[in-house]
Amino acid sequence: MAEQMEGDVIGGKKIQEKYLRDEMMPHIFCNGCGLGNVLDYVLWAVEKEGFDMDKTVFLSGIGCSSRIPGYIDADALHTTHGRALGFATGVKMANPELNVIVFTGDGDCIGIGGNHFIHAARRNLNITVIAVNNYIYGMTGGQVAPTTPEGHFGTTAPYGNIESPFDMSKMAIAAGATYVARWPVYRPNQPINSIREGLRNNGFSFIEMMSPCTTAYGRRNKFREIKDLWDFYIDNTILKEEYEMTMKFGSEEEKEAAKDKIIIGELHKISKKPLEDRYRDLVKELME
Amino acid sequence: MGEQKSLTIKGNMATALGAKLCRPNVVPAYPITPSTLFPEKMSEFIADGELDASMINVESEHSAMSACIGASATGARVVTASASQGVALMHEMLFIASGMRLPIVMAVGNRALSAPINIWCDHQDTIASRDSGWLQFYAENNQEGLDLMINAFRIAEDDRVLLPVMVGIDAFVLTHTIEGVDVPAQEDVDNFLPTYDPKQGTLNPKEPATFGSFAPPEFYQEFKQAQTQAIEDSRSVIDEVFDDYAERFGRQYNKVSTFECDDADIILLTMGSMSGTAREAVRKMRKDGKKVGLAKLTVFRPFPMPELKDILGDAKGVAVIERNISPGFGGAVFAELGATFVNEKDRPIMKNFITGLGGRDIFIENFEEMYQKTKDAVEASKVEEPVEWINMNEEVTR
Ligand SMILES: Cc1ncc(C[n+]2csc(CCOP(=O)(O)OP(=O)(O)O)c2C)c(N)n1
Ligand code: SF4
Ligand SMILES: [Mg+2]
Repeated sequence: MAEQMEGDVIGGKKIQEKYLRDEMMPHIFCNGCGLGNVLDYVLWAVEKEGFDMDKTVFLSGIGCSSRIPGYIDADALHTTHGRALGFATGVKMANPELNVIVFTGDGDCIGIGGNHFIHAARRNLNITVIAVNNYIYGMTGGQVAPTTPEGHFGTTAPYGNIESPFDMSKMAIAAGATYVARWPVYRPNQPINSIREGLRNNGFSFIEMMSPCTTAYGRRNKFREIKDLWDFYIDNTILKEEYEMTMKFGSEEEKEAAKDKIIIGELHKISKKPLEDRYRDLVKELME
Repeated sequence: MGEQKSLTIKGNMATALGAKLCRPNVVPAYPITPSTLFPEKMSEFIADGELDASMINVESEHSAMSACIGASATGARVVTASASQGVALMHEMLFIASGMRLPIVMAVGNRALSAPINIWCDHQDTIASRDSGWLQFYAENNQEGLDLMINAFRIAEDDRVLLPVMVGIDAFVLTHTIEGVDVPAQEDVDNFLPTYDPKQGTLNPKEPATFGSFAPPEFYQEFKQAQTQAIEDSRSVIDEVFDDYAERFGRQYNKVSTFECDDADIILLTMGSMSGTAREAVRKMRKDGKKVGLAKLTVFRPFPMPELKDILGDAKGVAVIERNISPGFGGAVFAELGATFVNEKDRPIMKNFITGLGGRDIFIENFEEMYQKTKDAVEASKVEEPVEWINMNEEVTR
């Protein structure tokens, strides 16, 4: 399948035409929102991995990010705020044959849904989570989320956020995820590759996409142009390899500067049997 | 008396201003459409120094109500707002709040429940919380939203009551609609609503108290009975407080308000913002010579049995019009109204109409249709179809 691809076109069709629901257009995303990019990357990964859409289920909670499955022409469960991973656990355990891909927002994933998130990771459920981190509650209009950086503004923090944020990817690693990557949306190839890795990984894969929310976050935080948010990501991120090199060989100054940055890249990759396999093995053993 | 200020504001702003005038100490809240403006406004009031309170941006409604309970148990005055899935997620905590007899007040932007996802108006969220032990008030317009918030605190904190109260304002129809609202002066609200001075135990290291601990079979029922007695006792307190509010601020609230009911053969019974349209429909039908009236439920919990008996008892037919559905039965108000009259020999014919779910508009023609259907049942002296769905989209229905 992958051979027939050229640019945006697969076998004479645009990738959007192959995977998206025409009748759902136009979509609800604002100008400059990163969600379109995230959707695009996931479709490319699914395409390149040759996933059968009849064996793939998309799940989501509630939020702008969680609207994504609605646009994909495949089976989907659009659930309640924060609970997508609970539903996904049910889907995967009932039918381990299915490829399960979950779209969730930062608030959805580690705010209201934090408990489901750490437990799905702990169990190493064999699913792929695309966590769109826009550092805010986008859909409800820009209230501070558990990811909002200190000092940044939200409608519920008109003088700046005073709480310490979570690092979603670090949480995923700590909780037991077996594949974790973080990329800003302005890089197309790396996230597609990471999502492919995630889809291939036999276990809990977590891909954090740093994605600009122009309307609810950018506007309130003096990122007046779409480009400003992309620049902010460029200035405040550091590749994992570069970070490690700096920490080994850099000057004290470079080390200090690197410490304040968000580490991006493929952050964690280990091999461990997922929950469904362990369950199957146990049943087999007991039946023998 | 200070002068009331006339503002044109959204329903959420009305409930937020009402709450602010009550000087709450703690505001734990989590955003949800259509109530989001409430926590946003409260954090603005606090940040701008207009309100001396702690705002807690919690991570879910379950945590919001938990924080409300913790704060209220220390003797603080607590307010929050939510809607739909948020109220559903709080469900567990709602019972803890009422069981601990904590006078928390919550503004609810009444919104449909999932699935399918819908952000628009109906009353399913609060009706599903009916048995949680909270008092429930429903506003017809933004003015009522503001006034009921102020009344709610006074009633909740009354020593004879000590129970939480939810005030419902309809999603979008009220929460996001701008209307004229008269806002009382702060000093007058201060006089109407004294500082919360709990006589019962609070979390205070000098006089330790324990809330919510284990009650074995020998005691549990007595707790529940006492709690139920308190909501019974709230009936007279509500009247007292509504009357006092009317005297001070010129706006009289009633558990059930009536319009053209005195000589009415058929009475429409409504709740929330649909009452405005229903009143217009009654005016129109009256012009056509139809003997129709309107009764609006402002207080749903405690359910105003005596008042409803009084108002509806002489009518020939009652159309109970509801934005909620208890699948397998019908509307919640219909059930309770039926039970209200169950031991009466003379009672009106009652018909239940389910409509306006998930933001479906209810038009004047719909009220006329419901009137007619009720009248037909009265004339036939029998009800063939007790529960009917009104204003269905024929293209979608089978
Ligand atoms: C139980 C419940 N509480 C609150 C909401 C309201 N709500 C919808 S989306 C959202 C926040 C979404 O933020 P995030 O998950 O970061 O997604 P984004 O919109 O930023 O992509 C909230 C609070 C809800 N739908 N359900
Ligand atoms: S509000 Fe933010 S996250 Fe939602 S569609 Fe608009 S830009 Fe994207
Ligand atoms: Mg977000």
